[in-house]
Amino acid sequence: MIRLTDVVKEYPNGTHALNGLSLEIRDGEFVFMVGPSGSGKSTVIKLLIGEIEPSEGRVMVNGFSLLNIKEWQIPYMRRTVGVIFQDFRLIEHKTVYDNMVFAMRAVGAGPKEIRKRIPYCLNLVGLENKSRRLPSELSGGEQQRVAIARALLNNPSTIIADEPTGNLDPARSLEIMRLLERINALGTTVLVVTHEKDLVNRFDKRVVMLERGRVVSDGKGWYGRKIQ
Amino acid sequence: MSKHNIFYFAHEGAYNMFSHGFMSFASIGITVACLIIMGTFTLVAVNANAMLEEMEAQNQILAFVDKGLSEAEARAMEQELRSVPNVAGVTFISNVEAAEAFRSRYEDDELFQGLPDDNFRHRYAIDLVDIGQMSQTKAALEAVQGIGPGNVSAYEDEAAGFITIRNVAGIVCVVLIAVLFVVSVFIMANTIKLTTFDRRDEIAIMKMVGATNGFIRWPFVYEGFLMGLFSAVIGFFLQWGLYEAVVKSIATNDTINLITTVPFQDMWGYVAVIFAVAGMLIGVGGSLSAIRKFLQV
Repeated sequence: MIRLTDVVKEYPNGTHALNGLSLEIRDGEFVFMVGPSGSGKSTVIKLLIGEIEPSEGRVMVNGFSLLNIKEWQIPYMRRTVGVIFQDFRLIEHKTVYDNMVFAMRAVGAGPKEIRKRIPYCLNLVGLENKSRRLPSELSGGEQQRVAIARALLNNPSTIIADEPTGNLDPARSLEIMRLLERINALGTTVLVVTHEKDLVNRFDKRVVMLERGRVVSDGKGWYGRKIQ
Repeated sequence: MSKHNIFYFAHEGAYNMFSHGFMSFASIGITVACLIIMGTFTLVAVNANAMLEEMEAQNQILAFVDKGLSEAEARAMEQELRSVPNVAGVTFISNVEAAEAFRSRYEDDELFQGLPDDNFRHRYAIDLVDIGQMSQTKAALEAVQGIGPGNVSAYEDEAAGFITIRNVAGIVCVVLIAVLFVVSVFIMANTIKLTTFDRRDEIAIMKMVGATNGFIRWPFVYEGFLMGLFSAVIGFFLQWGLYEAVVKSIATNDTINLITTVPFQDMWGYVAVIFAVAGMLIGVGGSLSAIRKFLQV
């Protein structure tokens, strides 16, 4: 579960990115987070993956309180969250399979676990036949699917996708969203940050809209329930 | 740390070192140079110390026995003199032996050849444990009955000079070695920083998927360790060759062949250990310092 309570984030340069933001995402939910540039979406993601600390308020991610989390606990919190970025962030000189191995090795997985988990995740995203390809030999959609497979490797309870379709054409974008929907159906909480209105409106999901560091609407569809 | 993790770190460390061949070569080369300079200063200090010890051993105190005492009475004092603190050894010299030594020293001077033995006193040549305590020992010897105040001849100024030389040489060596050590760590850190910069995306991905700082750090530590070890091995053999060449040239040079040198075989164990420890500390210290910045994500 993700819970942000009255979160304020002020950067050292004086910018107020979040102004008393409160939000709760329950286990197994699929949520879109939308909002214009500078609304605080990226700051929320950075907070949720422990890259920055809140100035005020409480942030809970899968049982970890990020307000007073110890530095050594952050990696263990991150293992409960799979992150997907717009630019895929794959290692170019490693094959798809080796990218997967690299991510599993990084959390100390053993060879047996690696051999079992990687084919499962690649199968889930439909790339079992492309495991020996380099990222540059794949299309943008396929690269994003590799990134999704990598995010799933450590069996996280939450997937956070930051503009996952930003580099893809509409057809591939829909494909990726359908894949995330399928992953959500398997019980994983999914938070997708996007600004693609049409795409969001094709799914009947909860939409949280941010503006000036606060939640301004929260509900089903692009325009949800207005927050007072 | 599990077994497969150790193999993984070692493999990644070695792979990183060889995949950045030129940078690794440059780093090892500079570390070898620093180790040799450090080693050379240390060996010079060791040899200077050995020479000083030899000169100290020749720096004896002479304690003159009262003129009224017979040779047997003078000899009977030996045990008491030995029991004086800081006395390493005593040698009795009778007035006859002293007179003979004096006359032979001035055998060309007829004036001294006729000096009677009675003009000389029985005496003890005394070796000290620590010449730094020469004044205290001199006072203690003068307090012995049969010697008395003013009857002990000690070269206190020379002793103080030896001590000053040794202290200055020691400080200079320590400072130089410390400076060179810091320079080596800095160079190694910069080299590894470049390889780390090359891999910053990989490090960011590792952090993103939940790798601990320790897990990310280990391959770099292995890399630094290996480069330090390579530097130590190469540096050791070069230092050995250099030392032997210098010793050989001293031995064959007529003007400086009186300088005594310590054979490398007497020191190679220490040199090897010092090089290995210094090399590995430089490598590991350099890599830890390099990786620190990249872990703050």
